[in-house]
Amino acid sequence: MKKNRLIPVLLLKNGWLVQSKGFNRYQNLGNPTTAVKRISEWGSDELIYLDISKTDEYSIRREDQNYPNRQSFLEIIEDVSKVTFMPITVGGKIESLSDIEERLKLGADKIAINTSVIDNPEFVLKCAKEFGSQCIVVSIDAKIKGSDYFVYNNKTSSIVDSKVTELSKLSEEFGAGEILINSVDRDGLGGGYDIDLIKKICSIVEIPIISCGGVSEWSHFHEALDLTKTDAVAAANIFHYRDQSVYLSKKYLYENNCNVRKPDLLKIN
Amino acid sequence: MKNKLICILDYGSGNVKSVFNLLKFIGSNVIISNDSTSIKKATHLILPGVGSYGTSMEKVKQKLPISVLENEVLINKKPFLGICVGMQLLVKKGYEYGEHSGLGWLPGTVEKINVKSHPLPHIGWNNAIIKRESKLFTGLENINDFYFVHSFAVKTKERFILTATEYEIEFCSSIQKDNIYGVQFHPEKSQRAGIKLIQNFLQVS
Repeated sequence: MKKNRLIPVLLLKNGWLVQSKGFNRYQNLGNPTTAVKRISEWGSDELIYLDISKTDEYSIRREDQNYPNRQSFLEIIEDVSKVTFMPITVGGKIESLSDIEERLKLGADKIAINTSVIDNPEFVLKCAKEFGSQCIVVSIDAKIKGSDYFVYNNKTSSIVDSKVTELSKLSEEFGAGEILINSVDRDGLGGGYDIDLIKKICSIVEIPIISCGGVSEWSHFHEALDLTKTDAVAAANIFHYRDQSVYLSKKYLYENNCNVRKPDLLKIN
Repeated sequence: MKNKLICILDYGSGNVKSVFNLLKFIGSNVIISNDSTSIKKATHLILPGVGSYGTSMEKVKQKLPISVLENEVLINKKPFLGICVGMQLLVKKGYEYGEHSGLGWLPGTVEKINVKSHPLPHIGWNNAIIKRESKLFTGLENINDFYFVHSFAVKTKERFILTATEYEIEFCSSIQKDNIYGVQFHPEKSQRAGIKLIQNFLQVS
């Protein structure tokens, strides 16, 4: 039987791995490649790697990390693909088909597109036709306004006049393979997933949903898998502060009879 | 591993690098090449594949020295592993966007998975149910979840089927005929299980 997935999301800002709160506060966590290696060793099912830099400077300005000081996100992707043997989704600043091709060549398996879809949903169709639906993840940031969820544009830091449900449905019709739904309201707060938001999206599309935003306890993953039809549960912050976090959360889910892969630890030299 | 030389064939499919990275990681001597001399010198051959059937086979015909390959695989019985579309190309015919001939090293066809309620492509981690004992799956009786991304699957005679996988229906997820192996999933993306499977393949001689 096909398994539900547990997916760490890594946020990269100007060369640093960061923690995010409410999409506007960021804290440095360290070297991006070391973190990926660790997460790979903890038997993660997949990895989502998002470049949220608003400028093009990537240096972490340190030479003491045993890894070359990378100057671009692309170099980082290449490093990452050498130490992980799991599917990698890469996102951030995807504006053209050549942006996608470049990232796939360096070792990405799937591409997450976000802002470009807000401006032009048909971009999804173009991408899916060229690279196949399996390769295209549409990432949508949701923010509550009134009694509904609206699309949030991270680039302009503003709410867009488009409902999350509408953009999700449209993305599916245009050939998206998966939808990554993130709650801006829950981001970094640790109160658990926005279950209503996930339920809403799952009820209108058939493609797999990856849910994100708000996790601070293993039980939050369980809750989403239990109460919604989400195919995957994702989180960022929680995985950085505990040793073997991915392994331990997987173990928790496995022991609570969730339909996940057996927890496993690998050694990567 | 040191006395093995693995040659990864590259017809222009995207995932060659990931397979290369995995083989490097387990410490093998590995090259990516379509050169006749390299194919002859290699102890093991791997054909990764991504893309549609017809296009992939066209590229294989253009870029790989098929007669040299057939001599090494079918006559000299050199261990060969096809991954994903690389497995599908091993059988006689594929029906993705029309009818296309494959390498035909094994009998069988490649057809769309006949699902009614499940979405295609079948993407994600799923387990391989062992149907027949083989060197390829030694030690993988308990860790047998692999990463899949596909909409089509091989249909072949039961005696060539090593494992099946369930996704609404059961489809064939790996095959073997003598020295020729094929897996529908991606060992290069399947962590421990994938690494173990590749190590097992390198033990075949």
